[in-house]
Amino acid sequence: MAEFNQETPTTSHPENAWAPPTPHMKVADAPGGAMNLNVEGRQPVSPLQGFGQMWQKTFKVRLSGIGLTPIQVMEAWKANFSKFQPPENRFYPTMTGIQPGSVLLIQAKVPPFPGMPSMLPVATGVMVLYADEESFTVMCPEGHPLAGWNTFSAYEEDGTVVVQVLEQSRANDPLYEFMFRYMGASGQQDNIWIHVLSALAEHLGVKGQVMVTRTLIDPSVQWSEAKNIWKNAAIRTVIYVAATPIRWLNDLR
Amino acid sequence: MSKVNVTMSVRKASASTSIIDIQGEINAFAENVLMDAYTQASSAGAQNILLNFSGLEYMNSSGIGLLVTLLIRAKRQNQRLVACGLSEHYQQIFLLTRLNEAITIFSSEADALAAL
Repeated sequence: MAEFNQETPTTSHPENAWAPPTPHMKVADAPGGAMNLNVEGRQPVSPLQGFGQMWQKTFKVRLSGIGLTPIQVMEAWKANFSKFQPPENRFYPTMTGIQPGSVLLIQAKVPPFPGMPSMLPVATGVMVLYADEESFTVMCPEGHPLAGWNTFSAYEEDGTVVVQVLEQSRANDPLYEFMFRYMGASGQQDNIWIHVLSALAEHLGVKGQVMVTRTLIDPSVQWSEAKNIWKNAAIRTVIYVAATPIRWLNDLR
Repeated sequence: MSKVNVTMSVRKASASTSIIDIQGEINAFAENVLMDAYTQASSAGAQNILLNFSGLEYMNSSGIGLLVTLLIRAKRQNQRLVACGLSEHYQQIFLLTRLNEAITIFSSEADALAAL
C-alpha cells in the first residue's frame, strides 16, 4: 500500500462556509439599478456541465511589503469587490454582501467584434458557493458565458501575502466557445481579473505585477451540452433590451 | 504554523479497481498528494478508481476543484471515478456543485465494490 502525505498551513474550517443546498439560484433582494435577468431560477453549473474546452487559469499578485494578514486582505477584497471591477463589468452584490448562497448580479458589456467598443449588454450573475476568512468561490448559472467557478483567495507564500483568482471553467455553449476562441472574448475575460487584482493591489498601496498561468485541462468539447445555447444570457439580454419599447407600450395601455 | 493535513493511501481491490483512502483535509495544498495517489492507483491499469472519503475531515471549494480536474484526467484515460464514505454534508456539496452527475456516490466501500 502506497501512502502520500502533505503538510500545509493551518486554515480555518468554518461550519457554514458552503452555500445551502439549492437546485436553483434565488435572488433574494435585487439591488436598485440591477437587471435581475438570466439568474433567478437558473441552475448553478460546474465545468462538467459546460460545452467548450476546459481551462484552468490562475491570476496572482504578490503584495510585497504589505503589513496585512491574508485575512485582512480578504476582508478588504470582499468589502470592495464591486469597486475593483472594470467599468464595463458592473457587479451588484446583495445587501448581505459576499455570503455563502448569496447572488451577485452582473451587468456587463461586450464588444460585438474584436477591437470594437463594448456595447452588447449581458445580464447575468454568480452565486457565492463558498466563503471563509481567506477565500471565496463564485459559481456561474446556466446561460452565463462560462460554466464553472472562480476562487478568490489570499494566502502567504515565502513570507509574502499573495492574492489570487483561480478560474476553472468551460464556455457554456457553442456560441460562447466561438466567441472565446476566435473573437477575443477569452482575452477580455482574462483582462477582467487582471484589472481586479491590479485595483486591489492599488487599493492596498502596492504596485504589483499580475502573473497569469493558463492550463488546458480538457481540449475536447462536450457536444452533449450544445443545447445550453437555449439559455444563452447574451442572446436573451439583447432580445430583452430590444423588446423594451414593446413593454413600455404595453404598460401604457 | 503547518501540519500534515492530508494523507492518501492506495489499495488494490481487484485487477480493475484501485481504492484511494483519504484522511484529513482536501484544499488547494492537496493537489500533489491527490495526483500522486491517482498516478499510483492507475499504475497497474485500474479501470475504476474508488475515492474513499470515510476519513475526510474538511474540504473547501479548492478541494472540489481538484476533484473536477481529477475526474477529467480519469475520463481521458477511460477510467471510472466513484466515491464512497461521504458524510451527508459532503453528499450535499456534491449535489450543489453537480459533481454527483459525474461521480457516482455509494454509501459504503462494499456497495461500491459490488457495483463495479
